[in-house]
Amino acid sequence: MFFYAPLEAEQGFLQKIFYVHVPLAIVALCGFVLGGLLAIQHLRTRDSRWDMRSYVVIHMSLIFAVGTLITGSIWAKGSWGHWWVWSEPTLVSFLIIFLLYATYQPLRFAIEDPERQARYASVFAITAGAFVPLNYMAVNLSTAYVHPRVFGSTSNLPGSMALTLLVSLVAMALLFATLCKYELTAKHARGQLRALRRRLTEEPTPRTRSAAPSLSEVS
Amino acid sequence: MSAATDEAPVPTDVAAEHAARTQRPPPGFARTVATLLRKELLVELRTLESVPGMSLFAVTVFVIFHFALNRSGVNGDEASGILWVTLLLAAMLGINRLFVADAEEGGFDGFLLAPVDRSALLVAKALALLSYLVVLELVAVPAFALLLLEPSLGPALPDLPGVLLLGDLGIALIGTLVAAIAVRTRARDLLGPLLALPLLVPVVIGGARATAPLLTLSHQTGPSLRWPLELALYDLVFGLIAYAVFDFLLED
Amino acid sequence: MRPPGDGWRVGVDLPALELEDLTRLYGEREALAGVSLSLQPGQTLVVLGPNGAGKTTLLRVLATLLRPHSGEVRVLGHGLPDEAWAVRGRVGLLGHEPLLYRELTASENLRFHARLHGVGMERVGELLEAVGMANRTEEPVRTLSRGMVQRVATARALLHDPELLLLDEPRANLDPAGAELVEPLIGAKSGRTRVVCSHNPEADLDEADLVLGLRSGRPAMLANPAALTGTAIKDLYG
Repeated sequence: MFFYAPLEAEQGFLQKIFYVHVPLAIVALCGFVLGGLLAIQHLRTRDSRWDMRSYVVIHMSLIFAVGTLITGSIWAKGSWGHWWVWSEPTLVSFLIIFLLYATYQPLRFAIEDPERQARYASVFAITAGAFVPLNYMAVNLSTAYVHPRVFGSTSNLPGSMALTLLVSLVAMALLFATLCKYELTAKHARGQLRALRRRLTEEPTPRTRSAAPSLSEVS
Repeated sequence: MSAATDEAPVPTDVAAEHAARTQRPPPGFARTVATLLRKELLVELRTLESVPGMSLFAVTVFVIFHFALNRSGVNGDEASGILWVTLLLAAMLGINRLFVADAEEGGFDGFLLAPVDRSALLVAKALALLSYLVVLELVAVPAFALLLLEPSLGPALPDLPGVLLLGDLGIALIGTLVAAIAVRTRARDLLGPLLALPLLVPVVIGGARATAPLLTLSHQTGPSLRWPLELALYDLVFGLIAYAVFDFLLED
Repeated sequence: MRPPGDGWRVGVDLPALELEDLTRLYGEREALAGVSLSLQPGQTLVVLGPNGAGKTTLLRVLATLLRPHSGEVRVLGHGLPDEAWAVRGRVGLLGHEPLLYRELTASENLRFHARLHGVGMERVGELLEAVGMANRTEEPVRTLSRGMVQRVATARALLHDPELLLLDEPRANLDPAGAELVEPLIGAKSGRTRVVCSHNPEADLDEADLVLGLRSGRPAMLANPAALTGTAIKDLYG
């Protein structure tokens, strides 16, 4: 990635951050929307596995969103001299989305009944998932375009840069999927361990309050 | 008929059977909304726990803004911004209180036991919140004009209520949904605003942008339709989402 | 008050309640598990058990407030949760909470519930008189004593003339006068099918047609009251 694309004339090496920042942003946005879709499945089927998937995807997207903000900030500092610019709709929109999804875990933690926790979390995930594109559009409308938007000029990108972008996008998406799968597997294993322990001792293991869903045997 | 949950939609023969057995038809949607709204307004009139507080809060915030900004008169974007931020924060107070009486006095169960469409609660509460916001604005906007606004309010008047109403609709819908989520959690007073404010950013964008040209010294006639349109669209989409998910918050 | 009659027959052969292996979880814990029974119209089921045994959960499932997680539940011939809508107007719940708004008067509260159920306003007056609260209808509920609140709550539960009554310790807060007034409405002679949760086995067993003992969510005993011995009950609580 770093060596393939030609150094962009104006911004030099710093512009490479672009190849990390943009895929992070796209994958995170898609992740949030995916979290909402998985939540719809949860409410439709009442199967807590969908809630688990929704939780993991949102959790991961939040991490990616923080990555987006950090890399975006670095890029802004390098390109325009400020750590934060209001004129970049992606960055602004992500800040709002981050603030919203940062309440996801506190919300879950604040509800003790596990079934209700999952249900309310799904309602939140659907609402927030629908909000993501709406918010992006609204912020776009309101931002004065002072600086050239890189995406607006994608068609002008030389082929090699566009290709690099595409490759890093795919790589980022794969990374996301792998991390999610990993976390899901870990949670699944933990759930099975608890179920085994419960069956052996015949007493329910006392659970501390948690923000994360766990799989129960009966959904 | 709770379309959103997995209860089967009521076939007409069940309703007829119900009516025959109990010798009365179950109340329709509009009547249910009217019943709930009437109860809401009655409780609010009796306790006066939302509207006076919200109004007083708004006026106090205007005073604080005067000292914080060290200005005696604002116009344009600043005026619009101060007005909308104040309205939003005052709305948070109302949102926090919206479902509290129901949660604490067992009102949810009473409603859930009735043979009515549960989405009626969403509509009724949103209408109630909307009416509180309108009353709030009847107090806050003149106060704002008196205390902080530099240009006179007159020329803004034909357009301003429309913009405010569109914004109020968004606040009411989002506020009701968020209030319903937050009320049955442990940190309800904190989670309410934290959930609502990001979701309300598009409302602020549309509302403030639409209001700014109305509050300038050189009052420009004919505000662009773009912002009210954005507001209206957002209200519509959010209304649909809220309607779709609300049932899942009530059931257990 | 209407005497029991055809309007209260669920159907010629249908039981009022049919539970098979009803299970309701709270996270990983079983709030209710494996509850099975059948109750005919007009009969009374008394549910006994220590605190936390699942009595209130059972009542709330039957009231359609909680959905069963597995097993079959048929109330008044309709399966839950799919046909919960059909059941709602025909079940009355009188639980620990009076479900009344404290700032509204008794009469305003009852009128609200009446409208929600599509019941005529004259029922409000009828019931307030029947529970002996006719002269206190215009005061906010928060000014009423516990016993009076319980009476108004009882009126609320009966407003829509339910076929099935779900009672959670219905006489707990009542003074003797109140208990007397309320007896014909919610007692065994009312003719309604009843499920009564009780902490007072001695007193309540007389009216039972069927007794269910719950312990940690599971049925520890399901029997005819005639067949019950004192030790069985003590074991349940012990």
